[in-house]
Amino acid sequence: MSAELDELLAIGDRIVGWAADGEQVEAVVVHSRDTEIRAYEGDVEQLSSAETRGVGVRVVCDHRVGFAYAGSLDDDVLADTLAEARDNAGFATPDEYAGLAEPDGVPIAELDLYRASLVDVPTDRKVELAIELERIARGADPRISGVESADYADSIAAAAVVTTTGIRAAARETGAYVVASVLASDGDETQTGFGFSVGRHPDELDLDVAARDAAQRATRMLGAKKPPSERLTVVLDPYVAAQFLGIIGTTLSAEAVLKGRSPFADRVGDEIAAAAITFVDDPTNVLAFSATQTDGEGLATRRNALITDGVLQGFLHNSYTARRMGAVSTGSAVRGGFKSTPSAGARALSLAPGTKSPDELFAAVGNGILVQSVAGLHSGVNPVSGDFSTGAEGLRIRDGVLGEPVREFTIASTLQRMLLDVVAVGNDVEWLPMRAAGVTIVVDDVTVSGS
Amino acid sequence: MLDSGLIQRVLGAALRTGGDFAEIFVEDRRSSGARLDDGRVEELSSGRDRGAGIRVVVGETTGYAHTADLSEQGLRSAAEAAAAAARGGTGGERVVALTPTTAARPNAVAVPPEDIAKSAKVELLLRANEAARAEGGAIRQVTARVADSRRRILVANSDGLLTEDDQVKTLFAVQCVAVGDTGMQTGYESVGHTIGWELFDRVDVEEHARKVARQALTKLSARPAPSGTMPVVIGSGGGGVLFHEACGHGLEADAIAKGASVFKGRRGEKVASPLVTLVDDGTMGEEWGCFAIDDEGTPAQRNVLIEDGVLTDYMYDFLRSRKEGRGLSGNGRRESYQHLPMVRMTNTYVLAGNDEPADIIASTERGVYVKALGGGQVNTATGDFVFGMTEAYLIHNGEITEPLREGNLIGNGPQVLTQIDAVGNDFAMGPPGMCGKDGQGVPVGDGVPTLRVTALTIGGTAA
Repeated sequence: MSAELDELLAIGDRIVGWAADGEQVEAVVVHSRDTEIRAYEGDVEQLSSAETRGVGVRVVCDHRVGFAYAGSLDDDVLADTLAEARDNAGFATPDEYAGLAEPDGVPIAELDLYRASLVDVPTDRKVELAIELERIARGADPRISGVESADYADSIAAAAVVTTTGIRAAARETGAYVVASVLASDGDETQTGFGFSVGRHPDELDLDVAARDAAQRATRMLGAKKPPSERLTVVLDPYVAAQFLGIIGTTLSAEAVLKGRSPFADRVGDEIAAAAITFVDDPTNVLAFSATQTDGEGLATRRNALITDGVLQGFLHNSYTARRMGAVSTGSAVRGGFKSTPSAGARALSLAPGTKSPDELFAAVGNGILVQSVAGLHSGVNPVSGDFSTGAEGLRIRDGVLGEPVREFTIASTLQRMLLDVVAVGNDVEWLPMRAAGVTIVVDDVTVSGS
Repeated sequence: MLDSGLIQRVLGAALRTGGDFAEIFVEDRRSSGARLDDGRVEELSSGRDRGAGIRVVVGETTGYAHTADLSEQGLRSAAEAAAAAARGGTGGERVVALTPTTAARPNAVAVPPEDIAKSAKVELLLRANEAARAEGGAIRQVTARVADSRRRILVANSDGLLTEDDQVKTLFAVQCVAVGDTGMQTGYESVGHTIGWELFDRVDVEEHARKVARQALTKLSARPAPSGTMPVVIGSGGGGVLFHEACGHGLEADAIAKGASVFKGRRGEKVASPLVTLVDDGTMGEEWGCFAIDDEGTPAQRNVLIEDGVLTDYMYDFLRSRKEGRGLSGNGRRESYQHLPMVRMTNTYVLAGNDEPADIIASTERGVYVKALGGGQVNTATGDFVFGMTEAYLIHNGEITEPLREGNLIGNGPQVLTQIDAVGNDFAMGPPGMCGKDGQGVPVGDGVPTLRVTALTIGGTAA
């Protein structure tokens, strides 16, 4: 283990060592370094370098939980943060299931998520990548009229979790990505598109793919019109499908189930999806950008089957939901950094791939719409009722091939119906910088609202 | 927050490599929150974030570095990192003379939230829970949350600016889940102001909770929203997000400069119905998006963006206004010291018109009345935008009738602005908002009187 992780663990040990009798204490200690570069018109527009340290402390005493965090690892701050969490605990409602995770014997996989050499990549090299990305994106098509942003970003993140209950885990990860947003113009009309490439080191990035995807997404929307309203078969491209899969993942959190906020509560063993759907959450898959070897409470992450051949298998648990529901933690405690307590949720979702390529799926659909981006997911999807309605743009599918572009319409259904209406899953699984992998999905009978 | 001699030395270090502008932004933020869910006060939390961000500009390039270490050594190394990012020009010693200035506060804080006992926060949440559940057995779940923060900032720069602000915000929110034959439905409403605990002198916690519960219960009998294009009446207060998305983001100077806005080059032109006057106003009393200074140290301003339908101005941050050689507008904001500032809205609203709200509804034969909107999103380059309706009703023969299930509405900004044919005399500000842009969230406010858009596409499922 590295000196950096040892240092974070030592800080965690110190905080946990201050626990009073009858008190459970958990410390999450993080240190990260981030670089972000934005190129514009052949030069650096912004270069930002940052180092973040922070600690989050949970105290459980008399079945009550309190939490506090601080964006500093100074000694006096650590003691204050523990004191504040302890004070907060005194005001919570007692809950017999309150408590921290305890070691469960599941071995922690050693995942290869860290590229030590990222530390040595000179800033100049990163600047070159951003500028080169902008240059390629600008030149990718004569109709590209501007590059709104061409960004390179990387991070080196280390985190440790230490508890009085015997958890002591630490891990570090690196990540790097490039993303381009371009403008394509024809006369007065402008359309936009984006493309990206992700990896764990700059050498793993493919600038051409990012630039080409951005240019293609923007130029193929030129001339787009509002389509008429009708019920249609809709094909979700991998990027759009991944966003929907992420939302479906939130409905399968045991926390949502416990608190009466999941439309799939009481449905384990039922066919909640089409037979083509096999859905897993597997943070141990190193292909996932969000892979991690320990969860937010320091337990080993693991592969969890959620839906197999359309049948709901179970939910994602952290230690609290598991205790309360008489289950075991699935290693699915997720937290939004050191500033929040762990909830239960998905981290690396994916659908089992089908056999057909996107082109073969378009041919089978015959008449429909390929949705290449959606807008308003946060306002248009209600994960409790399952109702959804989002803005969309994409291409018409006519006679089994891609046709003219369409925009300014919405697609609407419910998450429950959509799962049952999936008629095919593509063979094009693609890991994206989000908590779900993308794959082309064909959904029957979706309401398209346009003119 | 920091000694002015130290600030001068840090700015000097930042300019060593030849930067033509340097700035230090210091932030000390304390936040606390309490949440009730599932009948229990689950968690009280407290947070402290303190640090500084240093920006160095050379020509068109900005270097930025931030640190949580406010010692001279910590600040100097951040200054050097920012300066290294923005190399160029001719180096050398530059001495910055600082002139402390004080900007007028748009509001006063009567009761600092840190003076409130945690037990009082807990008691308030329990009252909300009880009131919401008393609305009926169909209310299966209640989440209530109170959050407050105090954010002290200091901004100093190589132009000699030295100024501070102390921003206190308090928020209360309730969500309810109701269960019926048709499944589950939710209700949600929040109230928040840039003031202290006196918020609760004017918010009736029980009544707020009951209202949210009734919203969820009403939706149980809601029918699917229609699909297709029809007139939409936006309710007073609830609908400001329409303008935030339809044109607000497109009037931000950074989008304009990059050719990524449909409003580029349209200053002085008629872009909206003559009934529309749109204002962005950071000075607005106690609203969620107000402040004494923006996050670049510029005093808050009231800016008229659209006057009687004519586009009068865009919104600016320091870099964009400097480039155009024009005055600042007080729209340079950032999420925290860990972020670069950029052009952001504050409180964005449409001034009241002359129509009676009841007449607007009565003269709508068939359409949708949207009482409360959720969030939205816009593509500034195409102008296409969406926003969610969290509480909406069908208008039939000039009367508000059945409740509708949730859905998004979609429209095109420049088109929708010209299709506003009635503006009511009942202006009100809406609930507190959080606006996301380029990965940064900042608090914003918005407001509208009752108004009608002649055609918007409703993203429902019903014919």
